Amino acid sequence: MQPSAQQTQIRTTVKKLCLIVVVMCGFVVAMVPLYDLFCEITGLNGKTGGRYTYDPATTTADKSRMIKVNFITNTNDGMVWDFWSEKGGMRVHPGELRAVNFYVKNTTDKVMVGQAIPSVVPTAAAEHFHKTECFCFGQQILQPGEVMEMPMRFIVGRELPNNVQSINLSYALFDVTESFQDAAIATGGG
Amino acid sequence: MSEAISAVDHDDHSHGPAKGITRWLFTTNHKDIGTLYLWFSFSMLLIGGVLALIVRAELFQPGLQFVSPDFFNQMTTNHGLIMVFGAIMPAFVGLANWLIPMQVGAPDMALPRMNNLSFWILPFAFGMLIATLFSEAGGLNFGWTFYAPLSTTYAPDSVTFFIFAVHLMGASSIMGSINIIATILNMRAPGMTLMKMPMFVWTWLITAYLLLAVMPVLAGLVTMMLFDIHFGTSFFNAAGGGDPLLFQHIFWFFGHPEVYIMILPAFGIVSHIIPAFARKRLFGYDSMVYAVASIAFLSFIVWAHHMFTVGMPLAGQLFFMYTTMLIAVPTGVKVFNWVSTMWRGSMTFETPMLFSIAFVVLFTIGGFSGLMLAITPADYQYHDTYFVVAHFHYVLVPGSLFSIMAAVYYWFPKWTGKMYSERLGKLHFWFSFVGVNVTFFPQHFSGLAGMPRRIPDYALQFADFNMVSSIGAFIFGFSQILFLFVLIHGIRNGKPAAARAWEGARGLEWTLPSPAPYHSFTHPPKVTDDEAHA
Ligand code: HEM
Ligand SMILES: [Cu+2]
Repeated sequence: MQPSAQQTQIRTTVKKLCLIVVVMCGFVVAMVPLYDLFCEITGLNGKTGGRYTYDPATTTADKSRMIKVNFITNTNDGMVWDFWSEKGGMRVHPGELRAVNFYVKNTTDKVMVGQAIPSVVPTAAAEHFHKTECFCFGQQILQPGEVMEMPMRFIVGRELPNNVQSINLSYALFDVTESFQDAAIATGGG
Repeated sequence: MSEAISAVDHDDHSHGPAKGITRWLFTTNHKDIGTLYLWFSFSMLLIGGVLALIVRAELFQPGLQFVSPDFFNQMTTNHGLIMVFGAIMPAFVGLANWLIPMQVGAPDMALPRMNNLSFWILPFAFGMLIATLFSEAGGLNFGWTFYAPLSTTYAPDSVTFFIFAVHLMGASSIMGSINIIATILNMRAPGMTLMKMPMFVWTWLITAYLLLAVMPVLAGLVTMMLFDIHFGTSFFNAAGGGDPLLFQHIFWFFGHPEVYIMILPAFGIVSHIIPAFARKRLFGYDSMVYAVASIAFLSFIVWAHHMFTVGMPLAGQLFFMYTTMLIAVPTGVKVFNWVSTMWRGSMTFETPMLFSIAFVVLFTIGGFSGLMLAITPADYQYHDTYFVVAHFHYVLVPGSLFSIMAAVYYWFPKWTGKMYSERLGKLHFWFSFVGVNVTFFPQHFSGLAGMPRRIPDYALQFADFNMVSSIGAFIFGFSQILFLFVLIHGIRNGKPAAARAWEGARGLEWTLPSPAPYHSFTHPPKVTDDEAHA
């Protein structure tokens, strides 16, 4: 039997339907970068941007406003290091460059690697919280018992919405020793 | 059911069923495959039911009695996965296989061989899924929603089997959907225009599109998990720059349409049964079609109502609250139409009708609790409590599952050529009806009082509600053994059924003899207005 008109029609339908499946597969792959982009634009998940560069000559402090910035340090489940900041918070003017020190201590007798992940609340402030220097841009490798001082420099942008009076900056510290080793082995380093 | 089918002889070409096991292994016949799906789904219902009864036995009293917390989590996880993907979805696909070719006046499905494949993948998928319960690595314990990082960083090693099982189920559903759409769009008898199609066909057409759209999303999601677990990526791992919230967004982008995949065909079924036993045409056929279409569309833009508490901006919370409430409008249209169909009808209350009326009433209760959950500030209180458990069991058990049972009773004479025992069927209905309400109604109260879901032990003040709930669960569970008995009894001892087994039944399938011949319509039937949609 040669293909009937109906069979040709069925084939066309199936082809169109397969196209839907392919498009939706593409959609889910695209969802990852789109989500990141969306969060970056809106600051929705409280993630802060990478290293901020600015021109000190053109950036001036807005002395008329005072913002309370609170520092919160957490260790993620399974991370045994001590992690603290030199102060719980500070008052800053938008546009002024400020610095604060954070500390970690490896309380174990093994070499370990840590990675801190920042998050800002309220999320509307996330895109205006600029860091010119942060330990969260890299990872920390600590010898047994070692303590490390980690400076963090930041500017609260002058465009910060007026209704925001205080900002919570929270760091979660993760133990990434294992994936660090995997990566080191993969690249042939050590 | 098999002996009934083989009783039909074929004088034209040699197209009767093969004999023995090969008939079932290699079959490309829509009725055989429908039968396979339905029995498969029933066995999954029993397995999933046993897991649920272990959960309810543990929760009968406060304190840890029978199982460890980790095993308890394995029970809830596998219960949810098996019921959603193994019981409800395959049952609807089985019904689609049996009914759609007959209802549109076609000889078989459009792609019979692929049909065989889409069924036979399933036993492997679920074999793999259930095998994880016995694996040394420990069973799946992260809930049916398998949120990362529970299902990635903290998952038992058996999670990889789960991922492949989901891939297989997804492939099966996609092939099934392609088949159903191709059949409906290309194989309707002349004169069966789209707006004359029976409601079951309409609801499945739309459901199949939903499946095509979201199954790839689910497959992509578990693939990302696979990469996170084995290949060092960080899609959902915060330490590596990923975001666990992304998981929830993708999951519910699949998950919310998925819950409508499990209810739209049910809408179709009761839209056949209620007119048949009210002896009236379906009230508002056109609005029924549009309501289903708009529910399907809206189901894509409400997903974050499952995530109100994750910390969304106000605008997002409002958006998802309003769109969710909007779904209640077309849903209300449907309930209104079913009630109006019954209004002043000459109603009789055979078993399928009893299940359908219970569907309308109890599904509506589930819809209302859904509306309560849709109110964002209220959901802050209800989220992750037993109130949510009560909500989705009301829409899924007396909703989806009752509609499946109604369908089995309603079309049983057409499938087997025999009549089940009405007395036993009613008994099954009343046990199920009482059981389901005794089980799930108290869960509204324990939820409102603050009992969290997914816990093996609970505070003393919830003891009474939980005891009642557990008693109901055992009543409901054991009445499904009665269901099995009614079916076997009907197949063996049932009285022969007429072609139009129910006085008020409409639709092309009732113009075929009972049991329906192995190939439905070898010559396209004439579609009269009377035999178009119910
Ligand atoms: C008027 C219609 C409905 C509304 C407004 C609604 C609303 C909601 C909301 C807001 C939640 C999230 C609750 C929470 O986690 O805090 C929810 C959960 C759920 N709904 Fe519905 N719903 C409706 C109908 C349905 C239907 C028809 C089904 C399935 C047949 C369904 C199945 C579920 C399931 C399975 C969950 C819980 C998922 C989980 O967390 O495990 N819902 N519903
Ligand atoms: Cu939902």
